[in-house]
Amino acid sequence: MLTEEQQALKPNNPKMTARDVNVFYGAKQAINKVSIDVDMDNVTAFIGPSGCGKSTFLRTLNRMNDTVASARVEGEITLDGENIYAPSMDVVQLRARVGMVFQKPNPFPKSIYENIAYGPRIHGLASAKADMDVIVEKSLRRAGLWEEVKDRLNESGTALSGGQQQRLCIGRAIAVEPEVILMDEPCSALDPIATAKIEELIHELRGRYAIVIVTHNMQQAARVSQRTAFFHLGTLVEYGVTSDIFTNPKADRTRDYITGRYG
Amino acid sequence: MNAPSTTLASPTRNPTDWKGAAMQKRIAARYAAERRFRLLGMGAVLLSAGFLAFLLFTMIGNGARGFTRTEIALQIDFQTAPILIDPATVNAQSLAGANLQAITAQAADKALGAGGDALISPNAWLTVRDAILDNPKVLSQKITLSLPASTGIDLAAKGDASETDEAAYARLQQSGVVSTGFNSAFLSASDATDPTQVGIWGAFKGSLLTMLVTLLLSFPIGVATALYLEEYAPKAWWTDIIEVSINNLAAVPSIIFGLLGLAIFLNLLDFPRSAALVGGMTLALMTMPVIVIAGRNAIKAVPPSIRDAALGVGASPVQVVFHHVLPLALPGILTGTIIGMARALGETAPLLMIGMRAFIATPPGGITDPATVLPVQIFLWSDEVSKGFIEKTSAAIIVLLAFLLAMNGLAIYLRNKFEKRW
Repeated sequence: MLTEEQQALKPNNPKMTARDVNVFYGAKQAINKVSIDVDMDNVTAFIGPSGCGKSTFLRTLNRMNDTVASARVEGEITLDGENIYAPSMDVVQLRARVGMVFQKPNPFPKSIYENIAYGPRIHGLASAKADMDVIVEKSLRRAGLWEEVKDRLNESGTALSGGQQQRLCIGRAIAVEPEVILMDEPCSALDPIATAKIEELIHELRGRYAIVIVTHNMQQAARVSQRTAFFHLGTLVEYGVTSDIFTNPKADRTRDYITGRYG
Repeated sequence: MNAPSTTLASPTRNPTDWKGAAMQKRIAARYAAERRFRLLGMGAVLLSAGFLAFLLFTMIGNGARGFTRTEIALQIDFQTAPILIDPATVNAQSLAGANLQAITAQAADKALGAGGDALISPNAWLTVRDAILDNPKVLSQKITLSLPASTGIDLAAKGDASETDEAAYARLQQSGVVSTGFNSAFLSASDATDPTQVGIWGAFKGSLLTMLVTLLLSFPIGVATALYLEEYAPKAWWTDIIEVSINNLAAVPSIIFGLLGLAIFLNLLDFPRSAALVGGMTLALMTMPVIVIAGRNAIKAVPPSIRDAALGVGASPVQVVFHHVLPLALPGILTGTIIGMARALGETAPLLMIGMRAFIATPPGGITDPATVLPVQIFLWSDEVSKGFIEKTSAAIIVLLAFLLAMNGLAIYLRNKFEKRW
């Protein structure tokens, strides 16, 4: 059994790879030649000042940028070696395999049960009600929400507190058994206690899913991630083991950012 | 103003004099402005409420009389004027052979004196026939029936008639045969030439059928158009043109739609004239842009985070639309639909163009039968010479308003039922 430290220092076991990715919004280039490997066994954090392109890049990983009419992606991004921008790639299936949690908790205005069951239902993961009940319970347990909501599964998901809503959204993403979970500043709308719970949850989910988290909170990146990528002005400045990035940054820009010179 | 001024040169900051006279004056002026604005708003509300109350009171005042009718009790003795039909085989057909009209007229002359025939409605014999059909035994008896009075007597009873009618009415009153009853025929009959016999049912049914056609055509097409334009259409010059066209279409005067209906549906496609089908299609053209515009706004108002959430768990675009966007937009779409339908229900002009202003004395049996609608019926009756039509016009307006209220009530119910909070 490896210690946490040893695990973090193990070489990457890439789940997703990006090679020379450029993203344009119309004529404006938002991402410039980014190459990165997303590790299967560790949590990867994207940090950087506002507008540096970290969220944009995250959204290219499950093609959520497709919904923006003016967005254009160049380069190659693979999931298990398969190019996700290839014409043969089914976007709907891709998004089931690469789940996403958004900045603002966005449960469906339906019951807690329905929020979790929706994904498995549309993908046909459970046909019988009993199977679905199992999936809902398992997902809510993994999201650390089961004990709090087990008696009120029929209440609206929007009636929960902000932190509970965000864990519900994580549960919803887990329910379709994704391989990768992308989290776009999942704690930015939450109070410190709810944030701590989400961070704890990320710890527990590590290893089972490849997790990428975008955050503008450097302490959070240091706490939850084992790999950190620093973005600045649309480029990937530095990528490495989190402890290295924070204690011994190689690039001046990274050092300036983590010491709080700008941000 | 003599407020303390700060010059750029002054080294120290001049404290603002919050208690000074100039400041007090400014505060008073601000309060006065608030008060004025509130009074203005209240005045506007009161004025519109006053107009509404005036409309309702005059309509109900005039129209209520349209729901009542004056009746004259008349004794008919079938023993002196026998109808030789076996009571066992009496039906509307066998009675057609008997001259009930003449029998009724004779009975009226006998009971009310010479010219008595003119005091009862020309169609009073229908009431006699119904009484016989109801109970064939009366054919060998003497019966007393309350028959509808003629228009003149009816008007005299309601206090607005010529002198001769007034005098005749006074005589009848003295003999104690007149009474006032509920005019059930008004709710069950159709148009007629005599105001005592007109009814609203034909026009009501025509409106119902027309609205049905309008709804079935404009709702699905309107919602589908709104969905396509919002969710699928690329942002291109041709979608801009479609958008501008739809917005313009919503503002086109309704009579133009009538001309379009006349040219396309009647002349080109040869659909039946005066029918609810063509009326509904014409009104659907008019209603559709309203539904499209309301629908697009409702769809736009669905938060993008819900779409993201659904796409994020791997829902296809169609699933996103039908599982999330449409249910959340439905209350708004329904509101728009009802506004459009209410406008269509009150529309007269386009229907005049496609022949729905014809005199139609039988209620339509289907959407291809000749029909008229409530507002057109009101328009036709308001144009009649006979004074008896005035109250019928008002009564028809009451029916139309009740129809509208019921529709709006349904809309509010549906909207509240489907409304969800997030």
